[in-house]
Amino acid sequence: MKKVIGMGALALGAAFAFGVGSFVQSTDAAAAWKPRKPVEFVIMAGKGGGADRLARFIQGIIEKHKFSPKPFIPNNKGGGSGAEALRYLKDNAGNPHIILATLNSLYTTPLRNPGIGVDISKFTPIARLAEDTFQLWVTTDSGIKSVKDYIAAVKKAGAAGWKMGGTGKGQEDSLVTALLEKKFGLKMTYVPFKGGGTVAKQLIGKHINSTVNNPSEQAGFWDAKKSIPLASFTPKGKLKGKWGSIPTFEELGHGTDMVYYMQRSVIAPPGIPKDAQDFYVSVFDKVYKSKEWQSYLTKKGLVPGWLTGNELTAYFVKEREVHRKLLKDLGEIK
Amino acid sequence: MIEVFNLLIEGFAVALQWQNLLLVVAGCVAGLFIGAMPGLGSVNGVAILLPLTFLVPPTGAIIFLGALYYGAMYGGAISSIMLGIPGASTAVATTFDGRPMALKGDADRALVAAASASFVGGTISVVLFTLFAPPLADVALKFGPPEEFTLMILAFATFVGLGSDDIPKTLFSIMIGLAMSTVGLDIVSGQPRLIFFDLPGFYHGINFLVLAIGIYGIGEMLWVIEQSKGKMVISKAEVSVRRILDTIKQLKGSIRQMLMGSFLGYFVGILPAAGATPGSLMAYGVAKTMDREPETFGRGNIKGVVAPEAANNAASTGSMLPMLTLGIPGSPTTAILLGGMVIWGLEPGPRLFVDHKDFVWGLIASLYAANLFALLINIAFIPAFIAVLRMPFTILAPVIYVLCVVGGYAPTKDMHDVWLMLIFGVVGYLMRKLDYPLAPAVLAIVLGPLAEASMRQSLIMNQGGFDIFVTRPISGTILVIAIVLLVWPMIKAMNKRRTAKA
Repeated sequence: MKKVIGMGALALGAAFAFGVGSFVQSTDAAAAWKPRKPVEFVIMAGKGGGADRLARFIQGIIEKHKFSPKPFIPNNKGGGSGAEALRYLKDNAGNPHIILATLNSLYTTPLRNPGIGVDISKFTPIARLAEDTFQLWVTTDSGIKSVKDYIAAVKKAGAAGWKMGGTGKGQEDSLVTALLEKKFGLKMTYVPFKGGGTVAKQLIGKHINSTVNNPSEQAGFWDAKKSIPLASFTPKGKLKGKWGSIPTFEELGHGTDMVYYMQRSVIAPPGIPKDAQDFYVSVFDKVYKSKEWQSYLTKKGLVPGWLTGNELTAYFVKEREVHRKLLKDLGEIK
Repeated sequence: MIEVFNLLIEGFAVALQWQNLLLVVAGCVAGLFIGAMPGLGSVNGVAILLPLTFLVPPTGAIIFLGALYYGAMYGGAISSIMLGIPGASTAVATTFDGRPMALKGDADRALVAAASASFVGGTISVVLFTLFAPPLADVALKFGPPEEFTLMILAFATFVGLGSDDIPKTLFSIMIGLAMSTVGLDIVSGQPRLIFFDLPGFYHGINFLVLAIGIYGIGEMLWVIEQSKGKMVISKAEVSVRRILDTIKQLKGSIRQMLMGSFLGYFVGILPAAGATPGSLMAYGVAKTMDREPETFGRGNIKGVVAPEAANNAASTGSMLPMLTLGIPGSPTTAILLGGMVIWGLEPGPRLFVDHKDFVWGLIASLYAANLFALLINIAFIPAFIAVLRMPFTILAPVIYVLCVVGGYAPTKDMHDVWLMLIFGVVGYLMRKLDYPLAPAVLAIVLGPLAEASMRQSLIMNQGGFDIFVTRPISGTILVIAIVLLVWPMIKAMNKRRTAKA
């Protein structure tokens, strides 16, 4: 009997930890706002992907340095390439205990699914913490050492013979691939996988011929000399350390248009109180300046780039137009 | 080999420090309870407790989380057996025979069998891990989309080819599961599919735990209520040291299933994206197909508990291998562990075994320790768990119901899933009345998305040609095994009929 009460209590405890938080809607906002309950840190991707790992890393920094009086609890809402997460934020307008870690599906998902009725310029901007970069990767065994070799090899293999791996169609990797194809007049077979980590593994296992992975996804294999980056999709001089040693397309003489970033930002639902917004901005400002974050940026090849407030919203709107054009060129939207 | 031995001894020197030993025990106990809570599995446990690990050094942190992962694998079996609700997705296969055993009054035997099998699976897999980590990482790399797809076909073959079940009904059940697994976002085109009534909840697809808890938790409860017709029902439940020892002796008869489950689970665990859930379901399927009396499965056969439990523990170790050696998670839980390693400043990947020997070998050694402690702690708790079963069903039923609702809600925190789970409960109950097997539907919803993605990726790679599955050596071999498994029970059935006639 005692045991049952124990299990019941456990159940209640779990229900409390997971659920109650999201039922209660806040109504007032006191001065010098602070969260009164755990903050729901929504991630618009599934568990274990790049976005998820990054969000949990940020949660770790907040926890370690006690940047917030209440914990940030990650909650994955990856359904529909983040459609579920965006809709959730929209439906929770005014709720100051929810924030969202974004990636570029912030632009592409509402463009591709106008049905979800989300306008990203309405969300409350918190902070842009970094821009993640992309490189063109091949295996070391392929013998390809430069972009020139690469173009020759792809042309020789033909569309059916050259397999480019990446994440889902219409997502970042496929947009970068489209840039590459258009620029050099290449044709490849694009094979979509579930996440960047899987894509990296497929390259090392030689099931595909090339990828446009983020640095963090290939770093281990590069260190082990299993794969090599041929070029960075960044402007000249943006990357530091070993990542800076990779030539950019600009440096190779291919112009300045071969640039694509993955933004790593945090936003909140529309219409949250100003002082709640200020609280989150100050938390992420501390995260941004932390030693852990700065060393992560250099180690994992991200470009630092703090943005907040109206500037961040303006950046989102600008990028949305860039993506509208990219998706149109790809034939993904009309 | 000597070098491995030396490294392992150094690892034990790390693992057996008292702080680390304490962390192992704490991890096992926490894991046991988290695993036993329906809906809360090792994924949630590791995710919730990850921030706590900043208080200790990285080696201690991974030891704690590794022990928790193990404890959850043991714990998952507890509610599967006692309440018929899968404690975690990895323990679904354990309900198939564990629950019927409990209804027969053999709950303690089932719990002991599950714990012992978990111990064997865990131990075998850690030994394999110790001896062959780097070469096995290469095997994992050899698995591209075609190999993954044929492996899924193999898993389905083990379930279709069950001679004793009605084959058309099994196929029907698989098809229902497959259809449900396509709900949500299509990974290849990125388009939403089957979003019924425009409900946003369908965007994340139908979570397989929602189906499993609905069918086995709610459905089971409805079933028992109907059977008891309002009478007070108290399950028989005994426990004594003698019965426990007796059960351990009897386990000799299922050593083959234990070994098969261990090796199969370990191997499936190594393959990225698969993890312990498919591993345990496949082990159950193989155990049933290969058995002389497959018809006794699903009715409380101890072998049906042993095989998946050995497999899920073995797979949990297996899935750490690609995480440590390749930096790619083999399961959702290891994906979160991987995130933890980044926070602790460790770089998973090929260099980890060279640059952080003490970390890697400390972890491996502590897995040996965690395995032993989880077994002891689990067996020590069995009398307490059995006491729960002695309660009248009128009290137990509302508790099960609450646990089901919490379990359906916890993973996604979406009421949509709770309603869905209740619907599945009623449908599951009706299917059961009409004698449809439910396990194949559960298998299909787990493996469906993996099978679909890998098939389409293979076809894209080969410009639409199906020959890719036959011409690649590994996938070709697996395909042949799958066909044999599919045909085998039919031949057996035909032989039986012939002998019966003669």
